[in-house]
Amino acid sequence: MDGSLAERVDYQALVLPYARSPDQDAPRPVRHPVVIVGAGPVGLAAAIDLAQQGIRVVLLDEDDRLSTGSRAICFAKRTLEIFDRLGCGGRMVGQGITWNRGKVFFREEPVYSFDLLPEAGHRRPAFINLQQYYVEGFLLERARALPLIDLRWKNRVTGLQPQGDGVLLEIETPEGGYRLQADWLVAADGTRSPVRRAMGLESKGQTFRDRFLIADVRMDAPFPAERWFWFDPPFHPNHSVLLHQQPDGVWRIDFQLGWDADPVAERQPERVIPRVRALLGPKVRFDLEWVSVYTFSCLRMERFRHGRVLFAGDSAHGVSPFGARGANGGVQDAENLAWKLALVVQGQAPASLLDSYDAERVQAADENILNSTRSTDFITPKNEASRAFRDAALGLARDCAFARRLVNSGRLSLPSTYRDSPLNTLDAEAFDGPMQPGAPAADAPVRAGGEEGWFLAQIEHGGFTLLCFGEAAPEDLPGIGGSPLRPLLVVPAGAAPGKAAGLPVIEDAGGLLALRYDARPGTTYLLRPDQHVAARWRRFDPALVHAALARATGQG
Amino acid sequence: MLNTELNIAAPDDFYEALVALHRDLTPEQSSLVNARLILLLANHVGDATVLRQAMAKAREGIGPAGQDATLRTTA
Ligand SMILES: Cc1cc2nc3c(=O)[nH]c(=O)nc-3n(C[C@H](O)[C@H](O)[C@H](O)COP(=O)(O)OP(=O)(O)OC[C@H]3O[C@@H](n4cnc5c(N)ncnc54)[C@H](O)[C@@H]3O)c2cc1C
Repeated sequence: MDGSLAERVDYQALVLPYARSPDQDAPRPVRHPVVIVGAGPVGLAAAIDLAQQGIRVVLLDEDDRLSTGSRAICFAKRTLEIFDRLGCGGRMVGQGITWNRGKVFFREEPVYSFDLLPEAGHRRPAFINLQQYYVEGFLLERARALPLIDLRWKNRVTGLQPQGDGVLLEIETPEGGYRLQADWLVAADGTRSPVRRAMGLESKGQTFRDRFLIADVRMDAPFPAERWFWFDPPFHPNHSVLLHQQPDGVWRIDFQLGWDADPVAERQPERVIPRVRALLGPKVRFDLEWVSVYTFSCLRMERFRHGRVLFAGDSAHGVSPFGARGANGGVQDAENLAWKLALVVQGQAPASLLDSYDAERVQAADENILNSTRSTDFITPKNEASRAFRDAALGLARDCAFARRLVNSGRLSLPSTYRDSPLNTLDAEAFDGPMQPGAPAADAPVRAGGEEGWFLAQIEHGGFTLLCFGEAAPEDLPGIGGSPLRPLLVVPAGAAPGKAAGLPVIEDAGGLLALRYDARPGTTYLLRPDQHVAARWRRFDPALVHAALARATGQG
Repeated sequence: MLNTELNIAAPDDFYEALVALHRDLTPEQSSLVNARLILLLANHVGDATVLRQAMAKAREGIGPAGQDATLRTTA
């Protein structure tokens, strides 16, 4: 599934052909359990996730191309772990540029550098850089391998009517219009979201008075694969500049321009080339690959669930690019939504489980917006006082460790811990460390079936997992619907699984799993299909597990 | 708790040094020095409650009367 197919495809030039669907000739609107509007990274991820869980999906997109220009480039560790579960993480990492380090400069001087993944024992790096069209291309190829996904290009949703038990959609194609009936509609139709508009809903927030120029240039350059951020450099005084490496010898340079810049004039090569030249010096040869001038807003819809319509990704929320929280946050929406929607569609959980999607992802969006707003306020100070504090922090950062922590060139995407989720069962015993209910499960090296592997790869099956440290796995496990809870036994390196023969067992190769989960013999974790912690105990008790599972599936 | 009782051994010496710190500076340089001083002291204090009380005290009696000129970020 992963990796081997990687021939060279020009994803930017790919035209995705429109094909007539039998639905267009049906006398009455055909009914589908799930329709997703928008085949961007979020819609594609949601479709794959649902299909992997046995749900039939129609995926509509108005366009016949992947992302124009590179747009998102930084994909975070958690997103890569999700892509692993979706069957295309290896391709992303294989094609991407792996990086963990960032450097910050103030005027002429390097101020400090940071490592985003300071500890070893994780399968995936803090970040890769990969053009959005590759990400979409790899997701698309994975989606095409799943017969449950019906992808329809050049299918534009032009109207909809929410109904008690679904949504009636109006769709335009090159061959005219047709209608579809969806039990559930996922609106992953981007920041302008026609679905949102058709429903008279808004995404509200703050627009920043600043403009940025993105120049993606192709060059042979001696820079390392790190994120370099300059405040007020001599080659672009009074503003900030960000430099990042992408695959294929492409570099992203992001110049802050200020609010007064003319967005049309600044896009012209005769304006862009001297700016790039000022950074690179006279000798480096480069070609412009993609240029764009953008402004940004921090926005969010009040709620992400509106009856049978669920908003995910940019349609639901927007952030500034500093922190790379847009696509990363959106893919995390998709994974949060997919397993819940799958259970609801299969009749194994009540529709109210989807309210937890709203609760958890609204909280995550707020976290992303908060971080992104703070970065923006640091990068673009709004008044003399905030400018003075910013320059003070930057000036002190070289000598004073505390000031480095105040410098904010972007707080890079991290997954949210759903601390207050209604799906969590609160700890009844004492635990240390970050693996509290609601937290995304940490990775660690393990040995499975005699082979070196990774913990997260053992819990990619799309259902709930009962992780039991040290002791024999319990026999009478509760289940959900027809499928039992999947047990996974963890034993110390080299230990025999004892009487648990026949049950899946992993060895805690370096002892890191027990360390990261603060586990002792008997410690038991209930993990959700999206690899977040639902509950944990010091001892297995079937009644408690049963109650926690009910709660985590909206039945508690 | 923010200590608003005298806590400096030689207050006149301190005050003189504080003013002297700004003697040969433009207002802009001065505000940068103040900002650095605030950050250094705030980190030294550390306690979030004390810092919040100090910020509230500093703002006490100073009502909103307009805005610091919005920065024009063009050179
Ligand atoms: C310059 C820039 C840099 C960025 N950098 C990063 C980064 O480094 N990391 C990061 O995580 N994020 C980044 N982002 C944000 C990221 O690009 C977006 O968050 C991401 O594309 C959102 O994905 P989405 O699937 O929600 O929406 P989109 O990618 O916008 O996809 C929406 C899809 O819906 C389709 N559609 C729209 N209307 C209809 C309709 N009526 N009918 C059918 N289909 C429709 C569109 O054709 C499109 O394919 C960046 C964005 C920009 C602009």
